[in-house]
Amino acid sequence: MEFFGEVAAWFADPANWNGPDGIPARIGEHLVLSIVPLAAAVAVALPVGAWIGHTGRFSNLVINIANVGRAIPSLAILALAAMLLQRTIVDIGLRDSASEIVTMIALFFLAIPPILTNAYVGINEVDDQIVEAGRGMGMRDLEILRRVEIPVGLPVILVGVRTAAVQVVATATLGAVVATGGLGRYIIDGIAQRRFDEVFAGALIVAALSIATELGFSFIERRATSPGLRGRDTAPRELAQAGRPGGI
Amino acid sequence: MSPPAGPIMGAMQDATGAVVSFENVTKRYPGSDSPAVDNLSLTVPAGEICVLVGPSGCGKTTSMKMVNRLIEPTSGRITIDGEDVMSLPAVELRRRIGYVIQQIGLFPHLTIGDNVAVVPKLLRWKDQRIRERVEELLEIVGLDPAAYAKRYPTELSGGERQRVGVARALAADPPVMLMDEPFGAVDPIRRDRLQNEFLRLQEKVRKTIVFVTHDVDEAIKMADRIAILQKGGILAQFDTPAAILANPASEFVERFVGADRGLKRLSLGRVGDLEMIEAITVRAGEDRTAIRARLDRVDELDYALLVDDQDRPLGWIDQQDLRGSGPINPEAASPGAPTVERETTLRDALSGMLGSSVQLGVVVDERERVLGLVSVDAIGERLRAPVRAADGGLHPVGEAAS
Repeated sequence: MEFFGEVAAWFADPANWNGPDGIPARIGEHLVLSIVPLAAAVAVALPVGAWIGHTGRFSNLVINIANVGRAIPSLAILALAAMLLQRTIVDIGLRDSASEIVTMIALFFLAIPPILTNAYVGINEVDDQIVEAGRGMGMRDLEILRRVEIPVGLPVILVGVRTAAVQVVATATLGAVVATGGLGRYIIDGIAQRRFDEVFAGALIVAALSIATELGFSFIERRATSPGLRGRDTAPRELAQAGRPGGI
Repeated sequence: MSPPAGPIMGAMQDATGAVVSFENVTKRYPGSDSPAVDNLSLTVPAGEICVLVGPSGCGKTTSMKMVNRLIEPTSGRITIDGEDVMSLPAVELRRRIGYVIQQIGLFPHLTIGDNVAVVPKLLRWKDQRIRERVEELLEIVGLDPAAYAKRYPTELSGGERQRVGVARALAADPPVMLMDEPFGAVDPIRRDRLQNEFLRLQEKVRKTIVFVTHDVDEAIKMADRIAILQKGGILAQFDTPAAILANPASEFVERFVGADRGLKRLSLGRVGDLEMIEAITVRAGEDRTAIRARLDRVDELDYALLVDDQDRPLGWIDQQDLRGSGPINPEAASPGAPTVERETTLRDALSGMLGSSVQLGVVVDERERVLGLVSVDAIGERLRAPVRAADGGLHPVGEAAS
């Protein structure tokens, strides 16, 4: 119980809320560290996944890349990125933010598989009959994608983005290992200096941020999904002819 | 205003059907020895329903899909009012041809109104015009726009979805409609209703319709002309339903149409062709003595028909229910007679009537209101009288297959 008292005291200490290593500053760094690679991954993986889902071409390649990507541990991706890229980044004159860039690149690759897979699956699973109806009514490929496949596949697509976002927010903590800012600092520095109240407080904030991310994206999913896809009111009803007899 | 570009656009303007013509059309899929459609030539006159029917693998769906180029022919050509369908870009062509598929294919994420508006939106109509058109179409297919426009497809029954599918296909008033087993997803009773409804609609809109089904009875009921296809995409016979039933062109056609050809010719007649008997309709609460008096005036009728306040049938009232005096008890009505519409085939009507205890069919209009009664005897009468068949000759309807 004493330990929790210390953690509470850590949160109560105004010094931990101010300055470059205060909680707001660290959350800000953490968000930048997360949002940039997530946005980049969405920009790349969504169109690629959607197009592959639409055409059905190269689907095996995508699935395999995604599976391999998922199998590699996050820390390994980060270490790999640091080894392969740090030197180059420093060489091109970005020494000051080299750690951040390396971490963002690692997180970018981490975010790709769920977004890519779900974009592909979401589009690919759209009923062929519906797609055929769209084509038969004179939609062009892009119109089918934009007006039919993406909106119908949206719930699945957004689950991919949410999964990636939560993963990125959680994993951005590891950036501290290669000397970035963000909430990982509390944990890494706390361990190094045996300040376990700070370690625990940092872990709590990361967990809260991850949960907030999860809830935020769930909210967006609900808002963005057409009511027609929400699976409610699935029981067929005869409205115009309520009680209409089939014979007397 | 510039003049319309070509007949397909021109036919759009007056919104009636256009002539659809297949000229030596062959479709060969790569890697397949035999063609899916083999040298098909037939002409569907403007405003007629042409039903393509045959066993699976006969190329009926392939033939239909070549009209809007979802499948492109290997050789030969298809014209609409003389204009080759290949002369327009495929998407332009498709926006001018209505398309209804088996599972209806409504877009689940769009409201009913937005589903109907798809093609007008692709054609970039003004919002106001789209709104008006959507309302008009929902009314045409019997769905109240105020109740339905904002609903989603999952909230509708199969029959309602089917009507929305038809409304959507009619949205841009295309001269030609393609329908791929459009009534395949609804139960038999509702199918009969929807077919009748569609035939009434077609009376008004007079589109040229290419209709695919595997069901011979549906073909006989819906078609002005039937094209029977056999395996390998060979046209076995192309003629009116009456002519095909009277003179099957080959053993294949004879077998495909079935041994009960004589009985099937009952499908050529409609309930509307019969002499109707006036129904004695009563409402709950009417006095029994008065009803008895009304019933006694009619010789051929032993039953009164209880109806609700909208004149919709509820059930039969027999002599026993009418004993004594006082108001009639609505619970006394016994259900069990089929309702039929004027478009119902004699075959379906007879089949329904034979299966019920009171062998009378209650004829209702599209709002379910009672119009009158038809009897098994009236159908028998009809069987003995020769009818003028669509081929111009006189055939007794019940004539045995020869």
